[in-house]
Amino acid sequence: MNSEKQYTEQSALPSIEGGAGGGSSMLSVKNLHASINGKEILKGIDLEVRPGEVHAIMGPNGSGKSTLSNVLVGHPAYEVTEGEVTFNGKNLLELAPEDRSHEGLFLSFQYPVEIPGVSMVNFMRAAINEQRKYKGLAPLAANEFLKLMREKRAFVELDSKLANRSVNEGFSGGEKKRNEIFQMAMLEPRLSILDETDSGLDIDALRIVAEGVNKLKTPETSTIVITHYQRLLDYLKPDVVHVLYKGRIVKTAGPELALEIEKRGFDWIKKEVEE
Amino acid sequence: MQSKEQYLNLYRECRTLIGQHSAPVMNVLRDEAHDELLRMGFPTRQAEDYKYTDVEALMAPDYGLNISRLDIPVNPYDVFKCDVPNMSTSLYFVVNDRFYTKALPKVALPEGVILGSLKEMAEQYPDLVAKYYGRLADVRTDAITALNTMLAQDGLLLYVPKGVMVEKPIQLVNILRADVNFMVNRRVLIIIEDMAQARMLVCDHASDDIDFLATQVVEVVVGRGASFELYELEETTARTHRLSNLYVSQEADSNVHINGITLMGGTTRNTSRVTLAGRGAHIDLCGMAIADGHQHVDNHTAIDHAVSDCTSHELYKYVLDDEATGAFAGKVLVREGAQHTDSQQTNRNLCLTRQARMYTQPQLEIYADDVKCSHGATVGQLNEDALFYMQQRGISLGEARQLLMRAFVGEVIDGIRLEALRDRLHHLVEKRFRGELGKCGDCAVCK
Repeated sequence: MNSEKQYTEQSALPSIEGGAGGGSSMLSVKNLHASINGKEILKGIDLEVRPGEVHAIMGPNGSGKSTLSNVLVGHPAYEVTEGEVTFNGKNLLELAPEDRSHEGLFLSFQYPVEIPGVSMVNFMRAAINEQRKYKGLAPLAANEFLKLMREKRAFVELDSKLANRSVNEGFSGGEKKRNEIFQMAMLEPRLSILDETDSGLDIDALRIVAEGVNKLKTPETSTIVITHYQRLLDYLKPDVVHVLYKGRIVKTAGPELALEIEKRGFDWIKKEVEE
Repeated sequence: MQSKEQYLNLYRECRTLIGQHSAPVMNVLRDEAHDELLRMGFPTRQAEDYKYTDVEALMAPDYGLNISRLDIPVNPYDVFKCDVPNMSTSLYFVVNDRFYTKALPKVALPEGVILGSLKEMAEQYPDLVAKYYGRLADVRTDAITALNTMLAQDGLLLYVPKGVMVEKPIQLVNILRADVNFMVNRRVLIIIEDMAQARMLVCDHASDDIDFLATQVVEVVVGRGASFELYELEETTARTHRLSNLYVSQEADSNVHINGITLMGGTTRNTSRVTLAGRGAHIDLCGMAIADGHQHVDNHTAIDHAVSDCTSHELYKYVLDDEATGAFAGKVLVREGAQHTDSQQTNRNLCLTRQARMYTQPQLEIYADDVKCSHGATVGQLNEDALFYMQQRGISLGEARQLLMRAFVGEVIDGIRLEALRDRLHHLVEKRFRGELGKCGDCAVCK
């Protein structure tokens, strides 16, 4: 097997150009193993993300991309069996999902959940105020909160009608994804994981979503983009592209790797790995 | 000895006393009720209609009764202070079964409207009361109705004459108040004549931590084109047992909305029997229950589509925590010739623990061929995907559960047509789920 080779490639990562922020790591994943229902999906992931960086994670279906994002945000169905993850110097794996969120970790869900009967306003208010409580701040006054909602809605051109409905209920696929980015704008995370945020989007919705993400970007914030396609990366311009296959990162390179995958698919990488 | 004996003996021994402290119109039905109770006895869980609530066992303990109508000192305004946040209603109190006359509201009801003690009104207007009293509540088919008819001495009458609209909601607060384990038999008669309109909110409270057994029979007669809304809100104690039989009869083109909400109680059994007797009648029959500990809530409904072109919508939702049990029965009878019936029934339930139990039983009997009838029942848990989604946004698991539970029952609350009550209920439900129902925080006393 090539786990050693893999490790070497990862170690070489700091030399790859484009790390906008530089300096110390925001997210550090070391030898992460995770399983669901006793089946191991992640088999030793190593990943370093620094402030300001955009990382793309690509890979064929079933390679473990969504598992990785779910494990990072603490989904209870997954069990971490080995390895460690630090986020801003804290042991991420010890934190409850809500505290990972409070620390600045955000996941744009591949399939945003519909929550009938819970209005977007009440949902966002609870989220914002719990985050503020974690930071030792007083809850936002009602008018300030509504003003914030209005401002952030504009980022992703989210209709006020949607903002008054139940969370994701009756939203189209595109509206759901825009709603994810709206929530990201509200919560101002340090690290955002976009899990196939481009799937199901038409060209205009894709542009709105991608522009929204770009507008939210600062030298202190980082993004992990999980995608099958180049088109979202055209907007988000990753600094680093990883290929995940069979629960391991098997290839890491600059943005040109995504272009190559767009042209040639994954088979050549699979072949490299099998050899 | 069967539990019925102690009540039958009581009646035989105190027959005269009971009658002296009640009205002749009510007294004439007592003997037949006695005979029927003697014949039937109280239902055990063998009885199909009482499969989930053992009335025989509830009736067994020894309760005190106030047959000679001794004055039980209470100031209802003290008891109820916390839960009336200026809802702009015409507020009335019934303490146990007695209409509280000491501080009647200054608001005048529209001319011709009668609201007051059933006993007194039955003496003042014997013909009116005799015409309706006991007509819907059949002593031959239900032992609780028989018991109530045999023993009930007072309660409430609401009469809204033809074409009169009572703009302001009428709020009735029932307060159970006693110093020993106590039985109350309350009787309510509501007559809404043709084209009349009224809305009523009934709140049930218990002011003492003793065992209460309260039976209630409510008869509602709704005339042609009339409209009536009845909201019943139970906020009693774990030691209160409520057995309520509601009978509704609706004439053509009448519109009735009934919403029975159990926020807190010990044992609750609500039986609602609705007869849609005139074409074009519509009923919304709704309810919700939040139960924990060893609470038991049983809503038994029966809607009789007697004629064509009537509609009925039923929506009941339960949230059961700890070792609470819930039951729902939804009988719908569509009689021969009741064409173009539109009947929808939904019962959805959340069981928050493995020990909580829900029994749900839709039962449709349809004897017409051109009808639209649907029913659906579910029992489930909180949606884990939704919980995790909220946690990812920084909402703690506890708070996420709160939001989901409130959203779940919110559907029933949103069906309430009184806006102020809707807002109030959202608030009360939130407090209930947080386990803070006893604390108010809204009024000067609690602050």
